[in-house]
Amino acid sequence: MGASSGFLGSFMVLKRMSLVGDALSHVALPGIALALTFGINPMFGALAALILATLGIWYLGERSEVYPEALVGVFFTASLSIGLLLTPEPELLEALFGNIDKIGLMDGILTLFGSILIFVVTAAISKKLLLGVVSEDLAKSQKINIAKVNLIYLLLVALVVALGVKFLGTLLTGAMVIIPAATAKNLAKSIKSFHYLSVGLGVTSSVVGIVLANNFGISSGPAVVLVSVGLFIFSFIFRQK
Amino acid sequence: MVFDNHLILKNIDFQIERDDTLAIIGPNGAGKSVLFRALLGLIPYTGVIEWAKDAKIGYVPQKLAVGKDLPLTVKEFLRFKEKNNAKILEAIRSVGFLEKSEHLHNDKRVLGTRLGDLSGGELQRVLIAYALLADPNVLLFDEPTAGIDVSGEETIYDLMHKLQKKADLTILFISHELQVVNHYANNVLCLNKEEISFGPPMKAVNKETLSKLYGEEVHLHKHLERHNLNEH
Repeated sequence: MGASSGFLGSFMVLKRMSLVGDALSHVALPGIALALTFGINPMFGALAALILATLGIWYLGERSEVYPEALVGVFFTASLSIGLLLTPEPELLEALFGNIDKIGLMDGILTLFGSILIFVVTAAISKKLLLGVVSEDLAKSQKINIAKVNLIYLLLVALVVALGVKFLGTLLTGAMVIIPAATAKNLAKSIKSFHYLSVGLGVTSSVVGIVLANNFGISSGPAVVLVSVGLFIFSFIFRQK
Repeated sequence: MVFDNHLILKNIDFQIERDDTLAIIGPNGAGKSVLFRALLGLIPYTGVIEWAKDAKIGYVPQKLAVGKDLPLTVKEFLRFKEKNNAKILEAIRSVGFLEKSEHLHNDKRVLGTRLGDLSGGELQRVLIAYALLADPNVLLFDEPTAGIDVSGEETIYDLMHKLQKKADLTILFISHELQVVNHYANNVLCLNKEEISFGPPMKAVNKETLSKLYGEEVHLHKHLERHNLNEH
């Protein structure tokens, strides 16, 4: 999980979409709530809600040059509130913050497959995605369908958040997409190293965070996030000039 | 061409022959970049644009939307378009990265430098190399010297001149500088939201067309030929 969110996050930071990644995880909550109400695996509920939101963001992004950020902010906090109201009480804490211990075998396998899928597809579109970030004009002039590439990317983000929500909860999953990548950006000298660092940092924060959480009996979500923040602060001090 | 319900450009009608060099001039907001984007098929338009059957168009945009901190090296950028390292080296050399012994960059080290660390002129040359990688026979230069200092400008125009001499390369460039236009172009298209004039520089650029382009009284001074100046 750390690896795939790190990898995807590297693009998100380059596309200057970091806050979208964070807000997106809030959208998962109503999805989870509804899924729990109907007895479905919450991951699917989250995924459904996220895909809807993703399509919305993609459509808005294509229609206008600038992300209508205020609108997005309103939308996301609204869905968080709805989710808070809908989620059955006993599950609320877990939905918000995730719980490593409750991961079943089925979930583990799903997550593994999901992560592999994410890696493969992202690697396949990474060249086009990057060119689109560097210069949309150049990409389009080479007959690359930037709209399609962006959509695939956003759907992958939806997937990674849906998968991560079980571990980290809806409030913090976004952080795992952004922070390792932001840290990597401070240190990387080339795109290749940027991607590797993002992935590596994602994995490191996850592993260390989980270990710490188990040892000190705290929630895994916040632990992982704080580890990644710690790494970020380190990187900030040793920034590549 | 229409953007957001504003009519940007209308009444454009011109023809270029192979191996020509066309300069496009006009004030800011005249629609020059828009014309390029239409020519590249990046934006919708009404009317007809016809290229020769084997036209391969290379595009050198005015700038990239990159921040200084984008961790993308020149080599990685060029590899977006071409996997063959030998071709990449050739492209880098053809835009002049070996000629001067710039203390920081020579061919190998340019490749390892991040795009954000290059100077304006160096980045422009990398963009030109990028366009050249696909062996184009048409090159579109959008204001190749915007934001570049005087010596950098010279390098870019020398490069363009070198490219001109290549057989079968049609060049279209947007510029603000009239003396460059005179020196390098065999045809000029004057734009100010519509076609003001088209033709060889001596004909298309005169007091009348200049005032239609730039408004106030703009004076055109004919400079002495270059070889006369060198006699000082």
